[in-house]
Amino acid sequence: MKVGILYSRIRRDEKLLLSELRDRGHDVEKIDVRKHQFSLDGTTAPVDDLDLVVDRCLATSRSLYASRFLDSYGVPVVNGPETADVCADKAKNSLALQKAGVPTPKTDVAFTKESALESIEKFGYPCVLKPVVGSWGRLMAKIDTRDAAEAILEHKATLGHYEHKVFYIQEFVDKPGRDIRVVATDGEPVAAMVRTSDHWLTNAAKGATTLEFTVGDRARELVQKASDAVGGGLLGVDLMEVGVPRDAEAEPGEPIDGADYTVHEVNHTVEFKALNDASEVDVPARVVDWLESKAESDAEAEVTA
Amino acid sequence: MTETECPECGATVSLHDDLEVGEIVDCGTCGAELEVIDVNPPVLDRAPELEEDWGE
Repeated sequence: MKVGILYSRIRRDEKLLLSELRDRGHDVEKIDVRKHQFSLDGTTAPVDDLDLVVDRCLATSRSLYASRFLDSYGVPVVNGPETADVCADKAKNSLALQKAGVPTPKTDVAFTKESALESIEKFGYPCVLKPVVGSWGRLMAKIDTRDAAEAILEHKATLGHYEHKVFYIQEFVDKPGRDIRVVATDGEPVAAMVRTSDHWLTNAAKGATTLEFTVGDRARELVQKASDAVGGGLLGVDLMEVGVPRDAEAEPGEPIDGADYTVHEVNHTVEFKALNDASEVDVPARVVDWLESKAESDAEAEVTA
Repeated sequence: MTETECPECGATVSLHDDLEVGEIVDCGTCGAELEVIDVNPPVLDRAPELEEDWGE
């Protein structure tokens, strides 16, 4: 297949993908979105002969617009712009999960410091304040006291741009020291890892230790539902174990007995280098398997149309 | 293994064989984050700074 890779930075994730695609003899067109224009009726990006474009833009804003423009030209792009739109914004993400009946942490959105403080006081302490757009655990606040709430809200309202004045407030889930990342293709788990940290933030980007995780039936069910909720694609579904004590333990990489899950986020330009290192699964190979099947089914759909 | 010059400090930067345009390498001398602009011959430039909407 002829596949385009939208990027503005080639991370190790993109290198793994490129390597797998080239090893299989696919024609790969790297498209640096910083170098192109996207007009209403076409683009300078070389997409005309491509079977599929894979959005690997590091910058969420570029991912959103590039995928939207390509889709408007009829270029098959994964992930699609609707999925990108829902996943890029935590509020939209939470709404989609809620609507689909996927258990997700209780969340409020408020637009003034005063109404946000009311919400925080209703949740009680601790609770969590997150930016609606952001990744890698940045700008997340665990709010332990009213004094802290007032200070953080003041800072966000005064120093941040308008998006920071959309206050996304969430219950604090007292998870057992870890969370779970499942990379899935159209809801089918590819590989999973548990991310453990003494810190309340358990992003791999923040230094959490990682270990391959066994996805059981319940987690599998929720990953499928969460993926469907946002429109499917190559996704990173983040889950936390609930209903068990904070110090509950399990065999390494296994679910905790008796735990259920809450899904706190679905990521649409998912990184997988840490997962690939942690897992026995060849993650880039499984991703390319899926890309091949997508390109094939898109081609068949064209023929029958 | 090839080498080129760091655009920030002028020190020699060693580059691995499977270099990719758009990849990021670090200068071992000054610590600057550098983007690979070209591979043949290798050319480096200062990498863009982290933006608020970067990530997954």
